[in-house]
Amino acid sequence: MRIDGKGLIDRKTALNFRFDGRSYTGFQGDTLASALLANGVRMVGRSFKYHRPRGVMTAGSEEPSALVEVIERGQQTPNVRATVQELHEGLEARSQNRWPSLRYDLLAMNDLFAPFFGAGFYYKTFMWPRAFWERLYEPAIRRAAGLGSLSGKHDEGIYEKAFAFCDLLVIGSGPAGLMAALEAARAGADVILAEEDSRMGGRLLADTVEIDGRPGRDWAEGVLAELDAMPNVRLMTRTAVTGAYDHGTFGALERVGLHLAQPGERPRECFWRIAAKQAVLAAGALERPIAFADNDRPGVMMAGAVRAYLNRWGVASGKSVAIFTNNGDARKTADELTAAGIEVAAVIDSRPDAPALGDYRLYRGAQVTGTHGRRGLEWISVRDQNGERRVEADCLAVSGGWNPTLHLTCHMNSRPVWRPEIAAFVPVDGAVPGLHACGAAAGVFSTAGCLEDGLRAAGAALEAIGQKAPKIAAPKAEDGAYDISPLWVVPGERRAWLDFANDVTAKDVRLSAQENFRSVEHMKRYTTQGMAPDQGKNSNVGALAVLADATGRGIPETGTTTFRPPYVPVSIAAMGAGGRAAGFAPQRFTTSHEASVERGAPMIEAGLWYRPSYFPRMGETDWRRACNREVHNVRGRVGVCDVSTLGKIDIQGKDAARFLDFVYTNTFSTLQPGRVRYGLMLREDGHVMDDGTTACLAENHYLMTTTTAAAGLVMRHLEFVHQALRPSWDVRFISVTEQWAQFAVAGPRSRDLLNSVLDQKLDPAAWPFMACGAVSVSGVAGRLFRISFSGEHAYEIAVPARYGAALFRDLVARAETMGGGAYGMEALNVLRVEKGLLTHAEIHGRTTAFDVGLEKMMSKKKDFIGKAAAARPGLLGAGREQLVGLRPLDAEREIGAGAHLFRKSDPAKREFDQGYVTSACYSATLRSWLGLAFVVNGRARHGETIRLVDHMRKTEVLCEITDPVFFDPEGEKVRG
Amino acid sequence: MRITCPLCGERDRREFYYYGADDYLRRPGEGAAPEAWDSYLHLRDNPAGITRDLWHHEMGCSAWLVVERSTITHEIRSVKLVSDVQEGGK
Ligand SMILES: [Zn+2]
Repeated sequence: MRIDGKGLIDRKTALNFRFDGRSYTGFQGDTLASALLANGVRMVGRSFKYHRPRGVMTAGSEEPSALVEVIERGQQTPNVRATVQELHEGLEARSQNRWPSLRYDLLAMNDLFAPFFGAGFYYKTFMWPRAFWERLYEPAIRRAAGLGSLSGKHDEGIYEKAFAFCDLLVIGSGPAGLMAALEAARAGADVILAEEDSRMGGRLLADTVEIDGRPGRDWAEGVLAELDAMPNVRLMTRTAVTGAYDHGTFGALERVGLHLAQPGERPRECFWRIAAKQAVLAAGALERPIAFADNDRPGVMMAGAVRAYLNRWGVASGKSVAIFTNNGDARKTADELTAAGIEVAAVIDSRPDAPALGDYRLYRGAQVTGTHGRRGLEWISVRDQNGERRVEADCLAVSGGWNPTLHLTCHMNSRPVWRPEIAAFVPVDGAVPGLHACGAAAGVFSTAGCLEDGLRAAGAALEAIGQKAPKIAAPKAEDGAYDISPLWVVPGERRAWLDFANDVTAKDVRLSAQENFRSVEHMKRYTTQGMAPDQGKNSNVGALAVLADATGRGIPETGTTTFRPPYVPVSIAAMGAGGRAAGFAPQRFTTSHEASVERGAPMIEAGLWYRPSYFPRMGETDWRRACNREVHNVRGRVGVCDVSTLGKIDIQGKDAARFLDFVYTNTFSTLQPGRVRYGLMLREDGHVMDDGTTACLAENHYLMTTTTAAAGLVMRHLEFVHQALRPSWDVRFISVTEQWAQFAVAGPRSRDLLNSVLDQKLDPAAWPFMACGAVSVSGVAGRLFRISFSGEHAYEIAVPARYGAALFRDLVARAETMGGGAYGMEALNVLRVEKGLLTHAEIHGRTTAFDVGLEKMMSKKKDFIGKAAAARPGLLGAGREQLVGLRPLDAEREIGAGAHLFRKSDPAKREFDQGYVTSACYSATLRSWLGLAFVVNGRARHGETIRLVDHMRKTEVLCEITDPVFFDPEGEKVRG
Repeated sequence: MRITCPLCGERDRREFYYYGADDYLRRPGEGAAPEAWDSYLHLRDNPAGITRDLWHHEMGCSAWLVVERSTITHEIRSVKLVSDVQEGGK
């Protein structure tokens, strides 16, 4: 029911929305909760475990009961708090956790069995028989319990993430936050003021407060106007700060498009990482319930929420409102309702000495002992010294006192302390370095106190960053004392709710204590209290008090409540924004990418790079035909392959040669300009890190190549070895991987092909195997290396990347006229397996130079990284698995990588394992399947027949152990 | 987490690569005993308190850094260039 003339809603802009299929009207500025209340909808959902009818309890993000599903464009978002969802035209929401309808929920029978469903029920009942758990109990429980459901479709929504930086982050925009922001802004600091609500002002929007003789909300408008006009201030509404992390980093969730009927290109949410030099926590306080019989009935609300609906949204939460309190705050509620023309049925004040301050019925020293009504509250029972009575009311406004919103102060392991005079926990100083709690969040509950405290906190923050605070006098405001006499639970037989979201009652907590789960951490887990979407915001302190009582301890001795991030639920989609599909990882493309795609090559991932798998031609029915043709081309004529993805590191300095000697196992200081050498690099623990060639381009100038996979690793390693172990050496590195496009030109006709593109023909005498030098390609300065990863007479030609696309097309076109063409990764792999050349399938991190047969490359004349460890007894000798070749006895029997090897007579079991296959392919050249494998003492076993068992593919093949070099073992072709 | 690189200033930890304890700076000389290598490669303290470890400003200036920090509070006491620490030590 709306109250004329009240609220901050725009009554000229009516909005149509639907809830559970029925149409309603609200106004611009409403939340779903305020609009439902205005339309007299009291029951909005069913509870998690007992399927009890539930209504709106609060007016903020802490709402435990009014959780709904929001439907938009085929998507459905569960567990949306109706108190946070802003109304927009066409909003469609649905109650959740009920079947078939909210009014007639069949699973409400859970409530009848409540005596069996108490805390620990699952643990005790479903333990036995074990097999029943998966098949029977769990599916049944899942159907009955739960909080909303998903659409089952992909979330097509747009999400965003962003970074922000500031001198001071102010969290919360009530009186304390506004004063803090104003002071810091006037001091010239970069300020971010973050407010989770759609509107700044905090409780000033919800309460009737005077500041400097003006309505509080007008005063706030003035401050906000000043802040908004300042270039050093950023005002962020709809932004909940969700976590405090190390070194001034805060997480925050901004609702960007969720309040709009037509969000357009706007993301639904944006997850912010805010780096703040200092922060002020002015997040206010949350009102807490009192546990009494059936205190979850729709119509039972928090008193502060009743005021918020009245003042901010012009909504009466009931026709006749009773108030139940243990503190002086309830007077405001009564006065404001009366002034708005709403009947105050009675004030039930648990304090025997409660002062009578208004024109309403007051029961002192009284308690609410029960609530009654079919689908919502109709009357309550009240007990005082004169006995029990019935009070008619359709809304009960409850105030059990206020808990400072100190959640962020707990995120870095600090625990709050108990302040008995306000019966609440307050944060300790320095809980989070650089975070200053103030106002209600620090336990200061008067408006005047909050204004003052905001100034104090901002002053401390400014001092910490060396800025001078301007002199600002705190405005005048109400400075009443907060008078509370704790009351947590009203004694009685019926169930009294503590945690509304997870259906945990005072009885459950007592049972936990009785069963010796007496520590607060145990109690939480035993009862599930505090583990629902509201994370115990409404129930932690109450549950702790009940536990303290049940165990005969005081609250501080029982423990403290702590909180972990996030403060409000954060969608995974927002935190992972941009990380879907192609956004999951950066994509690196070579200069030949377009030409490869045009030729129909399937592109496969190689780290972040994309490389062509093969280049299909007309009539080729599968990839293997294309691969075989490409291998034949290279062996018989000429092939072209983009090898730009290999890491290229330019190394210069007068100690460059010494440095290479130190990082490679073999010697490079003897390498002359114009020559290339193969090098092997170890990790310090003696295992192979990477291999590749290094060219001496000129004196003190080298170009190292790494494998595609290890390019980043090797760069990092070189920097480490230099800076940490040889800092005085004159040597510098830079990655030039992306600056040069590089193509392998391989095959007996490779020189002919190159001669057709080079400005000067190659002189065979000047270009022996492992030569390198400068060349000119149509006037472009390039580099040529006579190296081979195929075993053929081959070169790699490099040009600046901007010429890569043109050179690739030119080389491939020319190769095709010579009967060759481009080749992809599949052919490249076959070519290198035929030659027994290594990739990271073999140097996979557990193999040594000895294992791969390169122990002779470990120089005895010098120290190098990994030398000492590689000499350890366990890394050498016959017991090691050594690199061998494998040929199936039946050449056409397919073998695959990952298969294990066993002696013919042994069972194919782990304890008889003789080794494993690292690479396998079909060699069109040798008309046989080939494999590379590691076999125990393998080099001494060439010629032996071994049993290959592929447990995954369920195949078994007898193979001959061979030398790993299958093709041209003398290397005549490569040198030819 | 934020690390102040001596060359680049305060940066988000996503720019840095974490390696391990600064024991890696004390590489045994040639011919050192196997025990020295065992200790260098494998034995690490796991302090509750101040620790010094190596970070690489990989997405920045490529400097290797010695970061002195508390494993309890996560406070960072100091950040130094590895090359300064090593040259100073000689
Ligand atoms: Zn840096």
